[in-house]
Amino acid sequence: MSEKKPLLEISNIDTYYGVIHILQQVNLRVDEGELVCLLGGNACGKSTTLKTILGMVKPKVGKIMFAGEDVTHQNTPARVKLGMAVVPENRRLFGPMTVLENLKIGAYVRGEAAQEDLERVYDLFPKLKERSSQLAGTLSGGEQQMVAVGRALMSHPRLILMDEPSMGLAPKLVEQSFEMIANLHSQGVSMLIVEQNANMALSVADRGYVLQTGRIVLEGEAKELAGHEELRRAYLGR
Amino acid sequence: MSYLGQQLVNGLTLGGVYALIALGYTLVYGVLQILNFAHGDVYMVGAFIGFFVMVGLGGPLAPSVPVAIMVLIMFLVAMLGTGLLGIVIERFAYRPLRNSTRIAPLISALGVSILLQNAALLLFSANIRTYDTSSYIPSTLGFSFADITIDGVRLFVLVLSIALMFGLARWVNTTQVGRAMRAIAYDRDAAVMMGIDVDKVIRWTFFVSAALAGAAGVMNGLLLRGVSNGMGLVPGLKGFTAAVIGGIGSIPGAMLGGLLLGVVESLAQGYLSTNFSDTITFALLIVVMLLKPNGLLGKRAIVKA
Repeated sequence: MSEKKPLLEISNIDTYYGVIHILQQVNLRVDEGELVCLLGGNACGKSTTLKTILGMVKPKVGKIMFAGEDVTHQNTPARVKLGMAVVPENRRLFGPMTVLENLKIGAYVRGEAAQEDLERVYDLFPKLKERSSQLAGTLSGGEQQMVAVGRALMSHPRLILMDEPSMGLAPKLVEQSFEMIANLHSQGVSMLIVEQNANMALSVADRGYVLQTGRIVLEGEAKELAGHEELRRAYLGR
Repeated sequence: MSYLGQQLVNGLTLGGVYALIALGYTLVYGVLQILNFAHGDVYMVGAFIGFFVMVGLGGPLAPSVPVAIMVLIMFLVAMLGTGLLGIVIERFAYRPLRNSTRIAPLISALGVSILLQNAALLLFSANIRTYDTSSYIPSTLGFSFADITIDGVRLFVLVLSIALMFGLARWVNTTQVGRAMRAIAYDRDAAVMMGIDVDKVIRWTFFVSAALAGAAGVMNGLLLRGVSNGMGLVPGLKGFTAAVIGGIGSIPGAMLGGLLLGVVESLAQGYLSTNFSDTITFALLIVVMLLKPNGLLGKRAIVKA
């Protein structure tokens, strides 16, 4: 068993939208090479946690350490430069731009996109090579997901944050999507996945957290969580 | 036939100038959804910078450098100067209002416009200057075919405006900043999530859009139109009209709108009435808005839900 090094560590985060208290005392950790999932139902603060990690939302109190640096007061581009990359909810591709341009945007913090990085994405998703000059907005949902993941990989991220990778995809594509996530994980990519589909997420993750109305109510090894009675009742039983 | 051809050539020359102004409106609107109504006055400043560079280099009658170099320096200094002015305007007139209501930057833009016009009045007086181009660019330069004459200055302005448009298209389509600019125009938050420094891209956008207006200002001078503190108003409005006709936010739209407006204005002057040519060009705006509210090449609705 390799030594565990924390890559991302958020401690005692409190986030507000105006006067509404969204996150309360959230603690969460992702180790180097680890795949962690953050589970929870609608409007429990999952996306807010992700936005707080990325710096799109500022916490009122708490501390965020990433890659050995305190990034609590850094803006989003600075965090991306340090090695965070995101696959946003609904993918958020740049629709009127080509697949290739979307990938190049992913490499923005590195300057011009390197050919070998493009090749790496094309190796992973051969379909994107065929579609490279097609407008991203015209692709199917599954292909768009590939572009979104490829775009995130272009920045050589140390951590990929995925917001609801199963959202809006047909069941077969959800499965493919998680296969791809497992595949990336096996290549040593660290990931934090925010997901409503707890079964799917726990099947690929190392560890998991369960968020309920802005608080972490459960955490542990993915296998334990998958067998946990309370979680089964709340999320998996349906 | 030759008369029509002549009007078309004149119209395209004028339209190239309008297109450069229109591009500035469209670029800024694309990233910030702001109508930069100080844009016409940036064009005025460009015309003045060009004029003073020309005078500084010995004036039209005794230039201290070859004429081609003098014209080149006039363009470079004017574009650099107005580009920097664009960055300053964004920093002090628009950035503090980035998160306020949509009307606030519009009012601020009108304020900047009045400020620039009056600063120019104070600094340069109300005298109308002219470049006196004909004294250093001989009218025999240029060429004619089939009874259509295009003199050297017009040819130069037409070629340069087309070259600048191609240059801009290349910049927007192939550079990192250009791509980032389009990404911000489409989805600002997603662009931020990709690590794009929005402030930096906005600065670049203002620099480029103002520099194009500066170039248009020098072109105006070269075409022997008067240079004065209030000269930006009408071309500013026409550039805006051209951008809207083409579809504001659309770069090819601004180019098309500018050229179309120039040609229509020129034909209206040549065939209908010199006095009513503006009436006719602005009527074109109304007709286009009635038939295609998003402009000829505009895709999205102007107001997002």
